Amino acid sequence: MKKKTKDQLITIGSIAVLYLIVQILVKTGNMSSLMQGLLVPMCTYSLVAIGLNLCVGYLGELSIGHAGFMCVGAFAGAFCTKVLQGTIENGTLLFVFALFAGILAAALSGFLIGVPVLRLRGDYLAIVTLAFGEIIKNIINVLYVAKDGNGWHFAISDAKSMSLAEDSVWLINGAKGITKVPRLSGFTAGIILIVIALFVVYNLVNSRSGRAVMAIRDNRIAAESVGINITKYKLMAFTISAAIAGAGGVLYAHNLSTLTATPANFGYNMSIMILVFVVLGGIGSFRGSIIAAVLLTLLPEMLRGLSDYRMLIYSIVLILMMLFNWAPKCIVWRQRLAARFQKKTTKEAV
Amino acid sequence: MKKALSVVLTAAMAVSLAACGNDGGNAAGTTDAAAGGAAAESTESGAADAGNAAEADNGADAGSGAAAGEAFKIGGIGPITGDAALYGTAVMNAAQIAVDEINAAGGINGYPIEFKFEDDQHDAEKSVNAYNSLKDWGMQVLMGTVTTTPCVAVADMTAADGMFQLTPSASSTDVIANDNVFQICFTDPNQGAKSAQYIAENGLAEKVAVIYNSSDVYSSGIEETFIAEAEAQGLTVVADEAFTNDSKTDFSTQLQAAQSAGADLVFLPFYYTEASTVLKQADGMGYDPIFFGVDGMDGILGVENFDTSLAEGVMLLTPFAADADDEATQAFVAKYEAAYGSTPIQFAADAYDAIYAIKLAMETAGVTPDMSVSDMGSALSEAMPNITLDGLTGEGMSWEATGEVSKAPMAVVIKDGAYTAM
Amino acid sequence: MNFLTYLINGISLGSVYAIIALGYTMVYGIAKMLNFAHGDVIMIGCYVVFLAMSRSGLPALPSVALAVVACTLLGITVEKIAYKPLRRATPLAVLITAIGVSYFLQNMALLLFGADTKSFSPVVNVPALKLADGALTISGTTIVTVAACIVIMIGLSLFVKRTKAGQAMLAVSEDKDAAQLMGVNVNATISLTFAIGSGLAAIAGVLFCSAYPTLTPYTGSMPGIKAFTAAVFGGIGSIPGALIGGILLGVIEIFGRAYISSQLSDAIVFAVLIVVLLVKPTGLLGRQVHEKV
Repeated sequence: MKKKTKDQLITIGSIAVLYLIVQILVKTGNMSSLMQGLLVPMCTYSLVAIGLNLCVGYLGELSIGHAGFMCVGAFAGAFCTKVLQGTIENGTLLFVFALFAGILAAALSGFLIGVPVLRLRGDYLAIVTLAFGEIIKNIINVLYVAKDGNGWHFAISDAKSMSLAEDSVWLINGAKGITKVPRLSGFTAGIILIVIALFVVYNLVNSRSGRAVMAIRDNRIAAESVGINITKYKLMAFTISAAIAGAGGVLYAHNLSTLTATPANFGYNMSIMILVFVVLGGIGSFRGSIIAAVLLTLLPEMLRGLSDYRMLIYSIVLILMMLFNWAPKCIVWRQRLAARFQKKTTKEAV
Repeated sequence: MKKALSVVLTAAMAVSLAACGNDGGNAAGTTDAAAGGAAAESTESGAADAGNAAEADNGADAGSGAAAGEAFKIGGIGPITGDAALYGTAVMNAAQIAVDEINAAGGINGYPIEFKFEDDQHDAEKSVNAYNSLKDWGMQVLMGTVTTTPCVAVADMTAADGMFQLTPSASSTDVIANDNVFQICFTDPNQGAKSAQYIAENGLAEKVAVIYNSSDVYSSGIEETFIAEAEAQGLTVVADEAFTNDSKTDFSTQLQAAQSAGADLVFLPFYYTEASTVLKQADGMGYDPIFFGVDGMDGILGVENFDTSLAEGVMLLTPFAADADDEATQAFVAKYEAAYGSTPIQFAADAYDAIYAIKLAMETAGVTPDMSVSDMGSALSEAMPNITLDGLTGEGMSWEATGEVSKAPMAVVIKDGAYTAM
Repeated sequence: MNFLTYLINGISLGSVYAIIALGYTMVYGIAKMLNFAHGDVIMIGCYVVFLAMSRSGLPALPSVALAVVACTLLGITVEKIAYKPLRRATPLAVLITAIGVSYFLQNMALLLFGADTKSFSPVVNVPALKLADGALTISGTTIVTVAACIVIMIGLSLFVKRTKAGQAMLAVSEDKDAAQLMGVNVNATISLTFAIGSGLAAIAGVLFCSAYPTLTPYTGSMPGIKAFTAAVFGGIGSIPGALIGGILLGVIEIFGRAYISSQLSDAIVFAVLIVVLLVKPTGLLGRQVHEKV
């Protein structure tokens, strides 16, 4: 078996094992409410981090607007659920439809923003993705959609012009967002989505297209000179990355009964947080992204006992983790430590 | 090397998972016998594991309450970090004062109260985490959450668990959609309509302008009904200008629009933090209409180093004023200032009242700490419409079964750096 | 007349963005990193001035000097502890540490100074300029901010062109390794850049808070992002670009709010930014980089 394939099987295998452990803990009542409540958020952030890692690690483009794609996915998904709620009774089916809507919407926005933007380089691309995220958030906050006996009503920024009938139902109500979203997400759904996402990205990076994407990352001009269609491959990777983030958004939207676009959940802060998962876990390592997302979602909750000092300690731990993981001196020190450890074990074996 | 590291991290993760599991385990383990009755509450809408979660937790909760035995466990949730920290901190501090007073006076129904407050950073997801963490602690009644959006998410969780919830300050009508949730503050539509009526009835102005925060649920909620009611009352809304959470430093454009439209009253349905900037900028451009605020405006005089002459003539409808001369308010303000070194804002007063409302409801319903969460919840929900509380934020406060409070708003005007009743 | 008022308001807002953007652009030009903690250094500077003036009763100028010293020290410390160890790592790693530092400063301020809003008393005591019989007012703060912006911009440009340390900065920003071979102390140069950038942040903070007097532990984050956008707008790394970018951004924000929609002003600003970058991919005054094969 190839080393790469083995590595990927280990990742998916350990997810399966973790899933089983968690299920057993839940079924036997050995898991706290807090942990159970955190399962879906962990899956959500793992998913989005996988999506962003494809963009940062393989496409080599920095995006700080992935929360924007998440936002698009979340709102499209929740909107779809609200619309179909009356017609489809089965929760799972409803969720699958929402997923399709969310992924499609996020992919479409990824594609649309990607077409003009991917010709920018480095930090300029980053700032445009940031701008995109902020625009989405701003627009969703002033978007009004309602339904009444006379049909559908839409408005941007001016709800009063809609002249609704008495029996109207709000679907998206400006800053109030979407309320009463049925809570269809679950840990199982999250894990399935992660495994599918991993399957997609692993297949992609091992395929001809994936190699083309990486060739563009390593040397765009060389790649172009051997006839690789830069725009096509860049767009493809970026769109897939956005679509995965959209799936994360759908999961997010169906975990809480209310969905609003605030700076905390879909602003640049969140985009940066996802980037933190990716960089901390190791650029290009999907497994690392998942581990980092899980750890950093857990960390602030584990620190609750510190009350006032919680977020302060969190920021210190974040800085220390980054230094430990990335500082050249730390890397050398870690390698030396590992070498000594290995020597010991080999000696014992002898 | 990377691999070794990831193995270490995975191990750490597994350990922490197990550790958390153990916590829950202990709580449930000690009390399995008592837990039986509560397992009936499962959510229908949830996926399989969500349903299981609810069951397992209810068991743990009801049990650990009984095991701890002799105290009511009241939880609180609100932002104490992040940019809404101001409001959460006020609620936390004031609730603690109320709890200490009650405990010193012998508790509720003879049992003391334990109070624990968790941070939610004004985010729905973190708020649900805080709720779950409090559930693990054994919370029986929730006093929270402080802000609206998180509250809507948490209200859904308490409804599933049958827990009684009383929010001091989350004011949207979506908050009280479920039967188990009650409010201390006015609802947003109520405030908007009341303000418009007050302005029209007292002939304060004919041309009004509104500046509001379009990315905030509270502010846009009030604005919506204010405009509808203002038109019904025959007022002309000449300018309706917005700002957002991302651009709340410069209000010159909005003020300019109001000024050139000839508005003689500007309605400011948002919090005093931004309002202090608005007043300052209006002063800078020499624009001096009547400024009319809502309960979020209370606190403006307490801003450190704020030039109170800027707020001269500002009117607001608020249920609480820190310099009111009744005895209860003065005692509370003195205590708060002594303990925390700042003047309490309306959020603090709401929280103080919330704890006393819970006490009154508990006494009326005659609940005891060994009841299950959902039994206590339904008993308290039934008791709420029957109680009348004289609190800091209103005389004779009473509640509808829907959860809405009925109390009289007080119109005050700022004169010589102090609130004066109008 | 409204148009002119809006224009003045826009310039006044923009000049504040510009002065913050100068700090971003300097650090980016030399260290090639987005210092996300810059906005929070500004906030710390504001608190220092606030405490010095309202609690200790110091006059305005010594307070500002104190803030500049405090912020410079803070900048050097942060650089030493959090950024320097990562100098040879990927720029992304430093970006993330900068986020960590930003959270740290915010939460530190929250613990030290409390969550309560403070009202900043204006440091600038220049009378407002009244034009056209009082129909147009340019506030003293605006005049001082624009003046400070121009002075700092010229000062920085001269510093970079005329002094040895400035030339070293230029060399480091062109090519770190080559600069080192030529005997430039790269580490010291980068530390110096952070020191200057942070000192500027204190001045920016004072001017920002004089114009918009509400001070909380989160005061710095949003103007920080806006100013960063302004720096990109003007061409990141370019000192005059920061000034132009900042002022244009302020004017667009105010005009968008006044003439298009006050609800959508953020979206308008960012949409204009995207369009500008599509037409001029390195910002208005950014250098066109030619890639070699």
